[in-house]
Amino acid sequence: MERVHRGLTSRAAPYWQVAPLVLVFAIFFVMPLVLTAVVSTWRYNEYEMLPALVGSNYASVFTDCLAELPRLCLTFKTYLSTLRLCAAVWLATLLLGFAVAYFLAFHVRSLAWQMALFLVCTIPFWTSNVIRMVSWVPLLGRHGLVNSFAQEAGFTHAPIEWLLFSNFSVVVAFVHLYTMFMIVPIFNSMSRIDPALLEAAYDAGATGWQTLWNVIVPLSKPGIVIGSIFIVTVVIGDYVTIGVMGGQQIASVGKVIQVQLSYLQFPLAAANAMVLLAAVLVIVWGMTRLVDVRAEL
Amino acid sequence: MAAVGPRRASIWLGVVFAVFVLFLYGPILTILVLSFQGPTGGLTFPMRGFSTHWFASLWSGLGVVDIWSAFGRSIRLGLAVMVLTVAISLLAGYAFRRGFRGATFVFYTAVASLIVPSIVVSLGIGVQFRLLDDAIKAAARLLGWTWLGEHFTTSAGTFTSGLGAHLTWTLPFGLLIMFAVFNRFDPRYEEAARDLGASPWQTFRHVVLPMIAPSLVGIGLFGFTLSWDEVARSSQAMGSDQNTLPLELTGLTTTITNPEIYALGTLTTGVSLLVIGLSLFLIHALRRRPARAHP
Repeated sequence: MERVHRGLTSRAAPYWQVAPLVLVFAIFFVMPLVLTAVVSTWRYNEYEMLPALVGSNYASVFTDCLAELPRLCLTFKTYLSTLRLCAAVWLATLLLGFAVAYFLAFHVRSLAWQMALFLVCTIPFWTSNVIRMVSWVPLLGRHGLVNSFAQEAGFTHAPIEWLLFSNFSVVVAFVHLYTMFMIVPIFNSMSRIDPALLEAAYDAGATGWQTLWNVIVPLSKPGIVIGSIFIVTVVIGDYVTIGVMGGQQIASVGKVIQVQLSYLQFPLAAANAMVLLAAVLVIVWGMTRLVDVRAEL
Repeated sequence: MAAVGPRRASIWLGVVFAVFVLFLYGPILTILVLSFQGPTGGLTFPMRGFSTHWFASLWSGLGVVDIWSAFGRSIRLGLAVMVLTVAISLLAGYAFRRGFRGATFVFYTAVASLIVPSIVVSLGIGVQFRLLDDAIKAAARLLGWTWLGEHFTTSAGTFTSGLGAHLTWTLPFGLLIMFAVFNRFDPRYEEAARDLGASPWQTFRHVVLPMIAPSLVGIGLFGFTLSWDEVARSSQAMGSDQNTLPLELTGLTTTITNPEIYALGTLTTGVSLLVIGLSLFLIHALRRRPARAHP
């Protein structure tokens, strides 16, 4: 009996306790990434991957990228349009997420109400993403509610085409799906702000906007950065939302990889994945320069 | 909490919040209503009658897509992911609390798993199991195991590569929640238990576990619902003909042109809401329990 109990407190305990986690990440995360890097230099044909050490996959990712400058090659164009999408989603989720978090943190007085309203915001996060995308069809479609309303009210005669299966609907869907990722970390940062600081600012004669900009925003920065990292990394590699909401017509980096995978061009897809990974790491590294993530938990 | 700024700001923010909630729930309510469309109704309003026609046609299957076995697979996988996420996160949470060599590295690996694009992780797992299959086949040929050579098709599947792919997505959330839990946990409760002669196991079972149980339910909720909904990481990792419900659903968005898809949406949302409801009830019940004074 005594020996069993010692298992929980011995010095070796943390090692076996963390072992399952390490094992899962080693087998299903680290190894696959290493193999992706390895396979990205292999040759391939229609049936199989052939071990090799060639740069041809990377070369074909960047075909004509230098030769055609200043015109953008396909890969650069795809990255540019994906990054623009990222920027639009980031800005929309940031403004909306900040406003909602601010309302919950500073304008809802009772803790019970705060928790209840917070829950109201998070419940949709736990339901199916694909269904939440599909649910925009009856609203934004050619015969959808928005179009019938616009036509009846006389704003337009023909249905508005850019509402669905467009960049607009992709951004709407992303904001719908992922604003939660902004609200939670920003709310977390805001709920640690001492109300006395706000009173001090008020007493010192600061206006509401000055308090917001000089006190609340700087103190919410860690939450803003964490939320931004989530949003940007989710959008930059996405192909599902862009596929469904873009009517499979909008190019994105994730979509390129997915199409290559459907043709079983694994080494080529792997090379693209490595480039995407590098881009993500650079962006995240840049963002984490702004804040110590671990101190915020 | 001190209200900031004038009352007007409060009203405006309230309006923003209300619009946001409408934005969150409006679309899903629309398809809940439209899934009860009459037999002649289409994908948009107006409602042509009110019926359960589309649920009945969903029940009898969706043509070539075996939606019900995908449904069953997703439920079973979700439950497995839920149990494993809770167990592994709890153990790891304890380990991080005590500290161990390499803790920072493991922590950043977990965070990396969250921010590396899912398509990249999925591709890696797909490639890994493909290479494993090739290796097994080659070994079977080499060693003359003809039985294995003839019958073996793939090692990828729902409960091998699929389960692993989902865990790389749910475990970081579980771990972050455990961090938050233990950061706020007062170690004096454990010291008190120890002083009163409790063994480490008794301390865990009778002191720590009851206090963190609501959070564990929360981790389970994350585990199940994230798995129930996962598309991008599953896409290359499920093996052939082993699609989960959300994967089938993604395919159906381009092929189905009648309210069957809304009926399916109502159904999956129903499962999600049931799981959320059960979890919240359980969390509430567990929170109340300590109030009934233990002897």
